[in-house]
Amino acid sequence: MSGTDIAFFLLALAAIAGGVTMLQLTNVVHMVIALVMTFVGIAGLYVLLSAEFVAVVQVLIYSGAITIIMLFAIMLTRHHTDERERQTTGGVWHRAVAAISVIAFGLAVYFGIRQLDFGADGSALSGDNAKAIGKSLYSYYTIPFEIVSVILLVALVGAIVLAKKDGKEAGDE
Amino acid sequence: MTLSAYLALALILFCIGLYGALTKRNTVIVLICIELMLNAVNLNFVAFAKYGPHPGVHGHVFALFVIAVAAAEAAVGLAVLIAFYRNRKTVQVDEANSLKH
Repeated sequence: MSGTDIAFFLLALAAIAGGVTMLQLTNVVHMVIALVMTFVGIAGLYVLLSAEFVAVVQVLIYSGAITIIMLFAIMLTRHHTDERERQTTGGVWHRAVAAISVIAFGLAVYFGIRQLDFGADGSALSGDNAKAIGKSLYSYYTIPFEIVSVILLVALVGAIVLAKKDGKEAGDE
Repeated sequence: MTLSAYLALALILFCIGLYGALTKRNTVIVLICIELMLNAVNLNFVAFAKYGPHPGVHGHVFALFVIAVAAAEAAVGLAVLIAFYRNRKTVQVDEANSLKH
């Protein structure tokens, strides 16, 4: 067993443990913090897959920005900390049907990917990862790259319009 | 590691996210479960970029696009959550039923 395999198993364990912990916890803030472990584990897996730039972006955007914005949303709204209140929708049957469906879906996909191998030895990506991504973005993917900037602008304006107070309410104060 | 190990890990993460999105009652947690599913998809993209039939950085570029769109989705989703909380004073998914009856 090589060092890469050990690193893969440790990072995969961290990622899955974060997800399972998220499902089990009851406090909302703790759930978000558990997801940070998953996001950091996935960033480590990106490094193993020689995608250093994507790993850095993952840490910046997911572990940083999205976690913080989720925590702000939790703090701006009121959350019951009562342990006895139910955390899930529906009853036991609802959860059982959801679990069985998800497990069936997982098994079906697993039998499809179990033997998948394209014979690539993984030596194609080595060195200058960010440079290659930059060249690709500004040659093959110029139009999608510009459209993404429009999407981000639309999301920014839309989020502000949705979250600001209505004209009537704002006038009352 | 082989390709199928990464794909199996991404499948497990996707299933965890799917189960959480289907059953959790808190809107913030449902949104974050959707983020987890998008992360699993990104892991597939990057794994295929290294071990797929045509290795290259195109998978990385697609993963970056998915991250950008996911960030926009999280921002708009949380803005909707704030607006919903202001009107209904709750953040539970099953109490958002004004259009149901």
